[in-house]
Amino acid sequence: MVSRAYWVAFKTLLRKEIRRFSRIWVQTILPPVITTALYFIIFGNLIGRQLPAIEGYRYIDYIVPGLILMSIISNAYANVVSSFYGSKFQHYVEEQLIAPIPSWVILIGYLSGGVARGLSVGAAVTLVSQVFTSLPLHNLWVVFSMALLTSILFSLGGFINAVYAQSFDDITIIPTFVLTPLTYLGGIFYSIDMLPESWRCISLGNPILYLINAFRYGFLGVSDIGLLQAYAIVLLFISVLFAYSLYLLKVGRGLKS
Amino acid sequence: MSHAIDITQLTKTYAGGHRALCGIDLHVEEGDFFALLGPNGAGKSTTIGIIASLVNMDAGRVSIFGHDLVREPMAARRQIGLVPQEFNFNMFEPVEEIVINQAGYYGLEGSAVRARCEVLLRELGLWEKRREMARNLSGGMKRRLMIARALIHAPRLLILDEPTAGVDIELRRSMWQFLREVNRQGTTIVLTTHYLEEAELLCRNIAIIDQGRIAAHTSMKALLNRLNCETLVLDLMAPIDAPPHLVGVDCGVVQVDAHTLEVTVSRGQGLSGLFAALAAAGVEVLSMRNKSNRLEELFLSLVAQGRQAQRGVGEGE
Ligand SMILES: Nc1ncnc2c1ncn2[C@@H]1O[C@H](COP(=O)(O)OP(=O)(O)OP(=O)(O)O)[C@@H](O)[C@H]1O
Ligand SMILES: [Mg+2]
Repeated sequence: MVSRAYWVAFKTLLRKEIRRFSRIWVQTILPPVITTALYFIIFGNLIGRQLPAIEGYRYIDYIVPGLILMSIISNAYANVVSSFYGSKFQHYVEEQLIAPIPSWVILIGYLSGGVARGLSVGAAVTLVSQVFTSLPLHNLWVVFSMALLTSILFSLGGFINAVYAQSFDDITIIPTFVLTPLTYLGGIFYSIDMLPESWRCISLGNPILYLINAFRYGFLGVSDIGLLQAYAIVLLFISVLFAYSLYLLKVGRGLKS
Repeated sequence: MSHAIDITQLTKTYAGGHRALCGIDLHVEEGDFFALLGPNGAGKSTTIGIIASLVNMDAGRVSIFGHDLVREPMAARRQIGLVPQEFNFNMFEPVEEIVINQAGYYGLEGSAVRARCEVLLRELGLWEKRREMARNLSGGMKRRLMIARALIHAPRLLILDEPTAGVDIELRRSMWQFLREVNRQGTTIVLTTHYLEEAELLCRNIAIIDQGRIAAHTSMKALLNRLNCETLVLDLMAPIDAPPHLVGVDCGVVQVDAHTLEVTVSRGQGLSGLFAALAAAGVEVLSMRNKSNRLEELFLSLVAQGRQAQRGVGEGE
């Protein structure tokens, strides 16, 4: 009886989130699709032809998985950070706070919204990539689980960012100054084996590197790092950030005075 | 008799160090229509925020129909419908979606919810606007939207924080009628308002809160009985130079201008004596009205008494 009520509450939250980003699809779905299409045109057709193959794959095929994952990362994050910050800013998060829903249901509701947008954009970008190349599929299970785990992880990041954000500026600082550099330096465009030793070591401290390599392994079957390591890292980060997010929501940080 | 709200020794100090509630006790019986009154910044919204789980309490106990807010938060929340002081819905969502989503948060969905939503939106005059984005509603419509949203899960307790602020007279009357009907059907209602005649008209019991303390907690009737004097404003037929000396009546007389007198009489004294004395003094009265709402006067005096008592305590410490 109670669990059914929570299920309905969860469905309501998810439906609301999906409606939100679908309603403003020109701002949410279209831009990443256009940006990645530009990458495909430039690196795939214009200059990509002149670049040497990496690990036996054409340059465009090598970078497509990373570009897909990058769009998943930024969209999962953006969805939760703007949705949760908006609900805090306009106070309609109170609709959920007064209702008999435990914090974990609210949290999972917002995260699912981020996952839904991350995976939708990821799927759209994958489809567009097929116009420029035809990507092999080495292991569907790895592709799907990495996409899912990555979108959960960055939805959590977006949530925590939104909890601490005091203004609209605060919800763009982390994506611009932390997320984007880590993603671009996370081995989307190159194999870290091509880097000088010192940069190679520094790169290994970037968690996004592991996700991108594992995701690429799902398509191409090649990776700079071990698959297990990637799963361990993403699961560890998810557990820690989930527990922390739940704590923030329970005490009402930034929500209740 | 089970209490809809039981609050004991509730305190709240905000992060900035402002002491909003200094240990209040409040009891609202089931089925009551209860007014929480008090000047700006008294702590009304803070109290309501705590009841509705939107503000963390420091100390004290709150229970809703016997469900302790800390120990059984979900059961307590299920009983409450809240119409907050400030608009708190997504301005970019359609009216109907806002109400239906709220039902979803209470675990309710399906045709029964949609039917109830239709009834509420029709009764509150919002049915034609159901597909409209919330931000396109007028201020009064937005308030009614919040009432529909608060009632969608059929709560046993409806709390309204200044529901009629900025609502025109006609609409206010229809809102009163609506709330009376909701109360008649068994829902306990607590409202805050700055319109004292609204409280007088609707409510059976009241509490006055000031500076985070309860200054009065009583029935409306008992409160009105405590009104022991009223001030009458008399418009005079002919101008006078000085206030008349009235023989044989116990009242205060103040001259406002050449054509106006203010006379304060005590209750039960009867007015014929006053008029006889006025006639004897050669003053002819053209018309008469009450200076201000008697309730407002009482309200102000209660608040003033409370503050005086508090100052006394403070000096004693
Ligand atoms: N979030 C907050 N942070 C700090 N102080 C607050 C906060 N909310 C309210 N206060 C302070 O607490 C006191 C009580 O405020 P509250 O909103 O409960 O008053 P109120 O009785 O509802 O007044 P009004 O009739 O103006 O709505 C005020 O002095 C107010 O400034
Ligand atoms: Mg208030």
